[in-house]
Amino acid sequence: MTIAEWLAAAKADAERHGLPELIPMLDGLAQATERLRAADWNDNPDKDTPHDDDH
Amino acid sequence: MTTITEIAGIVSSGRIKSEKLTEDCLSKIAELNPKLNAFITVTADEALQQARHADQEIAAGRWLGSLHGIPISLKDLIDQQGVRTTAGSLVRRDHIADADAVVTKRLRDAGAVFVGKTNLHEFAFGTTTEDSGFGLARNPHDPSRSPGGSSGGSAIAVATGMSLGTVGTDTGGSIRIPAAACGIVGLKPEWGHISASGVVPLSRQLDHVGPLAASVADAWLLYNVMQPESEQTGDSLDAAPLKGLKLGRFSGYLADRLDADVERGVNQTIERLQQRGATVVDVKLPHADDMAAIYLHLVFGDAAEYHARTLMSRPQDYTTPVRLRLEMARYVLAEDYIRALRGKALIAHEVDRALDGVNALVLPSLAIPAPPIGAVTVPVKGGPDAVRSLMLRCTQPFNLSGHPAISLPCGKTGDGLPIGLQLVGHKGRTPALVQAALAAEAAIRS
Repeated sequence: MTIAEWLAAAKADAERHGLPELIPMLDGLAQATERLRAADWNDNPDKDTPHDDDH
Repeated sequence: MTTITEIAGIVSSGRIKSEKLTEDCLSKIAELNPKLNAFITVTADEALQQARHADQEIAAGRWLGSLHGIPISLKDLIDQQGVRTTAGSLVRRDHIADADAVVTKRLRDAGAVFVGKTNLHEFAFGTTTEDSGFGLARNPHDPSRSPGGSSGGSAIAVATGMSLGTVGTDTGGSIRIPAAACGIVGLKPEWGHISASGVVPLSRQLDHVGPLAASVADAWLLYNVMQPESEQTGDSLDAAPLKGLKLGRFSGYLADRLDADVERGVNQTIERLQQRGATVVDVKLPHADDMAAIYLHLVFGDAAEYHARTLMSRPQDYTTPVRLRLEMARYVLAEDYIRALRGKALIAHEVDRALDGVNALVLPSLAIPAPPIGAVTVPVKGGPDAVRSLMLRCTQPFNLSGHPAISLPCGKTGDGLPIGLQLVGHKGRTPALVQAALAAEAAIRS
């Protein structure tokens, strides 16, 4: 699911549940999710992430 | 501030009675709590009963150690048998704990006296202690400002002598932030070392239980008793020699959005440590600027799971800001939660790398002084920044990584607000971190 699709669905769901105050907050969460998905360790799901116990 | 370390010997000799110490704390609570709102529940009768029992035991030659007869408090998400655990929320206003949390039991067995349960940001889901079902708490240094959070009431209690020590929890900085904001010491142990059983969770993988105290030595005293029995050592530690102590200092994300007074205070402290023999080297955390996104997705995912039922059944019993953030948390997708878990492992690895070859990392505990109550943003270096993200900025990396970290006071801003210095240690070496903090504290006070 793209972030745009997720955001549209989340906003519609918030509206449906009578929580319009959530809508601007969801924009903030979407920005954080964009940042997370753009992080370089998420470039390749086949690549292992270093673990703290391999130190 | 009276320290436990100073007074324990006097209590053991019977020259000061636990009952008198406890009455003094209860008097402070009666005097200051109406203004500062540090306590949700005061257990005066039980505390006095415990204190009298402690006095009898000590008089009979059965002194249990430095915490025997010492009045302390518990953040009100830690269970104390027979007392309500509200977690700062009306959702749990009628919840009576049927047993002690593991840490409560260990402190009780050490003879500590419990004077009450302290106020917090509702369900520990915030950094200011403004959103509590039992009213906001105020900073004792300036009541128009936040005491920090989420363990805000705990920090106020120690800073004002309402209790001589306290126990808090830290998911993104909730021990170290209020300790810095109120001018006391806060120790976030290594993740998993102190039991969180009997403690209302925010995020089980990021929650840490630990002490807030008037001095580093007092924090160690409390920590030592809260540890598993097999690991408990002596009541005191010697300060590390500053000569030869090697500290790692961050640049970039963890240093670039600091209030000018905080930056100056921390830099002056580091210079003082260098003058006394410590060496400082530059270290990096390459993914530091991804931490807020990682943290958010993990805490949201975990909190959404814990609160799912009560958000459906009792939404009106949450404060509005916390309810809305929890409602928003329910939209985090599993795939993003997993991405954040991978990021968490990476941050832990990078903190280990930063610690390679140094004894501890050094940075501010809190990027800004205690913010005004109600502030959503504060100006830092010219531009407004969100209070919540600024407050979490310097502490949350070490919740993600699980490394032990301690905050200690290192001076004040021009407005008289406390500044906190943070030291971060190696996993498995918390005593060495505390020894470094003892040395730093002595240098700051000299």
